[in-house]
Amino acid sequence: MRVKVLLSVLLALAVAAGPLAAVAPAQDKSIFIPLLVYRTGPYAPSGIPIANGASDYFNLVNERDGGVNGVKIAYEECETQYDTKQGVECYERLKSRSPVLVNPYSTGITYQLIPKAPGDKVVIHSMGYGMTASADGRWFPWVFNFPMTYWSQASAFVKYVGQQEGGVEKLKGKKIAHIYHNSPYGREANPTLEELARKYGFELTLLAVDHPGQEQGATWLQVRRINPNWIFISGWGVMNQVAVKEAASKGFPMDHVIGNWWTGTEADVVPAADGAKGYKSMTFHAPGANFKVHQDILKHVYDKGKGAARREAVGEVLYNRMAINTMLNVEAIRTAMTKYGNKPLTGEQVRWGFENLNLTEKRLEELGMKGMMRPLRVTCENHEGNGLALVQQWDGKKWTIVSDWIEPIREVVRPKLEAAAVEEAKKLSYTMRDCAKEK
Amino acid sequence: MDVLYGLVTPFRDIAGSPAFFVEVLIGGVAAGLMYSLVALGFVLIFKASGVFNFAQGVMVLFAALTLVGLMERGVPVVLALGLTVLVMILLAFAIERVVLRPLVNQEHIILFMATIGLTFFLEGFGEMLWGSNVKRLDVGIPDESFMVAGVLVNRLELTAALTAAILVAVLAVFFHGTRIGRALRAVADDHEAALSIGIPLKTIWVIVWSVAGGVAIVAGIMWGAKSGVQFSLSLIALKSLPVLILGGFTSVPGAIAGGLIIGVGEKIGEVYWGPLVGGAIENWFAYGLALVFLLFRPQGLFGEKIIERV
Amino acid sequence: MIYRTAGQFKTTYASDQAIFPIVQDRVVVTLALVAAFVVPPALASEYWLQAVLIPLLVYALAAIGLNLLTGYAGQLSLGTGGFMAVGAYSAFKLSTAFPHLDIVAVFLLAGLVAAGVGLLFGIPSLRIKGFYLAVATLAAQFFLIWLFNKVAWFVNYAPSGTITAPDREVLGVLVTGPNATSGARYVMALAFVAIFGLVAKNLVRGRLGRAWMAIRDRDIAAEIIGIRPLRTKLLAFGISSFYCGVAGAELVFLYLGSAETLAFDVNQSFLVLFMVIIGGLGSILGSFLGAAFIVLVPIFLTNAPHWLGLNMSVALQKHIELMIFGGLIIFFLIVEPHGLARLWQITKEKLRLWPFPH
Repeated sequence: MRVKVLLSVLLALAVAAGPLAAVAPAQDKSIFIPLLVYRTGPYAPSGIPIANGASDYFNLVNERDGGVNGVKIAYEECETQYDTKQGVECYERLKSRSPVLVNPYSTGITYQLIPKAPGDKVVIHSMGYGMTASADGRWFPWVFNFPMTYWSQASAFVKYVGQQEGGVEKLKGKKIAHIYHNSPYGREANPTLEELARKYGFELTLLAVDHPGQEQGATWLQVRRINPNWIFISGWGVMNQVAVKEAASKGFPMDHVIGNWWTGTEADVVPAADGAKGYKSMTFHAPGANFKVHQDILKHVYDKGKGAARREAVGEVLYNRMAINTMLNVEAIRTAMTKYGNKPLTGEQVRWGFENLNLTEKRLEELGMKGMMRPLRVTCENHEGNGLALVQQWDGKKWTIVSDWIEPIREVVRPKLEAAAVEEAKKLSYTMRDCAKEK
Repeated sequence: MDVLYGLVTPFRDIAGSPAFFVEVLIGGVAAGLMYSLVALGFVLIFKASGVFNFAQGVMVLFAALTLVGLMERGVPVVLALGLTVLVMILLAFAIERVVLRPLVNQEHIILFMATIGLTFFLEGFGEMLWGSNVKRLDVGIPDESFMVAGVLVNRLELTAALTAAILVAVLAVFFHGTRIGRALRAVADDHEAALSIGIPLKTIWVIVWSVAGGVAIVAGIMWGAKSGVQFSLSLIALKSLPVLILGGFTSVPGAIAGGLIIGVGEKIGEVYWGPLVGGAIENWFAYGLALVFLLFRPQGLFGEKIIERV
Repeated sequence: MIYRTAGQFKTTYASDQAIFPIVQDRVVVTLALVAAFVVPPALASEYWLQAVLIPLLVYALAAIGLNLLTGYAGQLSLGTGGFMAVGAYSAFKLSTAFPHLDIVAVFLLAGLVAAGVGLLFGIPSLRIKGFYLAVATLAAQFFLIWLFNKVAWFVNYAPSGTITAPDREVLGVLVTGPNATSGARYVMALAFVAIFGLVAKNLVRGRLGRAWMAIRDRDIAAEIIGIRPLRTKLLAFGISSFYCGVAGAELVFLYLGSAETLAFDVNQSFLVLFMVIIGGLGSILGSFLGAAFIVLVPIFLTNAPHWLGLNMSVALQKHIELMIFGGLIIFFLIVEPHGLARLWQITKEKLRLWPFPH
């Protein structure tokens, strides 16, 4: 019985002491960036290359250049398991170290952080995910989703299909199926696709797959019945692998199956193996480790034993995506330093840097990323930037680029996006700012 | 009128394309048997020890991870399979010693909670040992489809269905034809009576959990071949719950029958009626279906009759 | 010694039936409650309030709700997440459709809506029992989440498909929405939990609570002595869902700020059930202790390596955390299968004599 008493006392102490343990380490002369990662749990296959790309690029900047203009980047990983509540816990814990920006890397966590951003003075960079409407910088000054949004992606997909069919006018009467994760994320592309279906006259079928998506028998039976010309997949987690596998085993021509940019990674084609050959996906950057930046990473980070990944994993699709993401973070900070000086900056100063980011071809070449991504310009109004899309294809061993840069159909996307921004901002009782006064 | 029309058109669709309907049926049977594979593990353990084993899903993951992890390290398939079986038996021993024995005679819900603790432990342990990446499980069955009389049949699904059928047959023989099987049934009937005639309860538990571990390996292989071996494998337990409840917690044939009903039911529901309400109804439809059956047979289709006394 | 009950005589039935018949208990509970209202908002950091205390209070309320149903009335439910979602989405709809409606009223109405839905899904409990009943509640869980996911009306046709808490005031202080301070939100959550905890405590001591326990212990016997199972079980479902609904509204309005249906998936149902079992079935205090265990222990384990100065990868840390957490659950069940509440009771018994055991 004594044991039980002791135990309850111990438990009470442990529980009470738990959050106390979150002591903030001493601040030094650096810029702090929290990394909300998911190296475990159901989404780890995507989370691992993402986390590795971030920590490798920050290490590269610190090791090769001695930081950004001499100011080191400090980062700390916090495991979220892609779970919103754990993400909030991580964010609140790391907030004590006064971060300037955060890359949530989860739709759920992004939505959590958007309302907090103006109060906490932390820039949110949700690169190619999160809230599409936040691309309107007049309503959402603290949120950036350049280089592209889901809606732009969907329009680029339609444009690509049009090219393959020999012109968008040939889309008339064609059948396109959208297989999507039954969540706000998965549905993002639907309004754009519906609008374009009206415009170009193709027949659109929307097929929802419920979370987590291990069993998609019914969905692919419906695909069999409709027999679409093209399939677009917006999946996440295990849904991706099963969808690619199902498409392959049902004998659907794989080069007519196109995933969105979260549905086209090395992990997604693993179970289907050879069957996945020919499978395509959207992207906004090149895969592979053949760029100068990768040599730099291997030389300055991996040769010093500070690499996060296996050497072979450098250059995977999501690794590159996160390396670019961190590069954009760093360049935004560098931009801010041109105005505020080479010292640790505040969130507000970094926000200015994001808003005035102008990444030129020349700068990309200096960074060793020429051809890996496109020059990018962000403005006060346009937080999506002027990004272009690509299509990549799995050749059985690696992803390769098979298209030119595709311009989204901005005249369709942008007005809808601005209308959505008004809606979303209303929920948060934001007011529109006047960008003309912001120079 | 629209609603009525919507409810009726699917029947016209079915009549209009019988070949496709057969394909839906086959898809349903295949999916259902895959659910049964997981449900079988639950049934075995519940039958012999009265534990609703929440950890069955994670045991499937753990078995598959171990198998693939060993194969990735260059262990030949047969040896890897043997080692995995060994690991699952060891696990059964450990569970009996650490979890079941101290909790003997506790209420169902407490044992259920203990298996939840086990779930957390195995999730962490499995991933720590073998990593969180997706791993390919190549079982040597080409995943391709062929046409039989205008109906598309998938070879992997066919194999899975056959495996499930064989597994049930083997388990049935095991339960009814062997000494241990008879002892198992005796334990299931009455713990105390079994003990009093000299059946070693602890050994029986280890055997049952080992067999459930074996079933988990088979389920892990079949599901792993489909989606790759990754953390999400542990979530399939949720898909097998309606099967389990519909079939009855204590019946091996019930798990199969439940699987078939749920599998075929949800596929027909989703393919023909799903589009009317926007799709993705599979999950709740399966539970709804199970619920309808339960309202008529509250103990599941093949479950033991619940006799209530005051 | 500290906890001596000698000299406390009960001379009336009323004093014998008080919620806290022992003076020390009364003093401790009152002090703790006052301290809970005063100390954290004044002293605790944003992290403490936002990531630790608010979720703790929200989950404690949900756990009380489920405990009424599962612990007292003996009906196993895995639909908690769904009922919480009903509360959250109706609170969102109500507060956006009637911007002038007081937010407290919104929460209560949202709870009532959830209660109605709970009643509906409680009907099968008349025929189905035990683990089999779980299927009825799981059907509720999956159907409700599907519904909120599918029908855009519930999110006011927002393009993002999420619900967001608007700015609302109580007595002139902002308590919900992004601009509310975490202190204000904490006090709001605490007030709800304190009041509804008290209500629950009184409910289970009264006629209804006894009827629930009779149904739980032997339903046929209960029926014979004149307890109507239909009414009693449905009331349990309704009241339990009311609690869960209010907790769901709090989850979005006071804790997360914005949410999609994923925040209410079946894992939530399991999580709340864990809290109830670990804390102690059929104990209001247990609901608090269970919520504390499930919310705080992982946070403690996450922070422990920092604390000890250990430097390991986050993945390894998470794996070890899961293993220890699982191990702790099994350990506590073995030590005391009746939950943390029972453990506390034993401690109290010991404290009566301590430090002079003879």
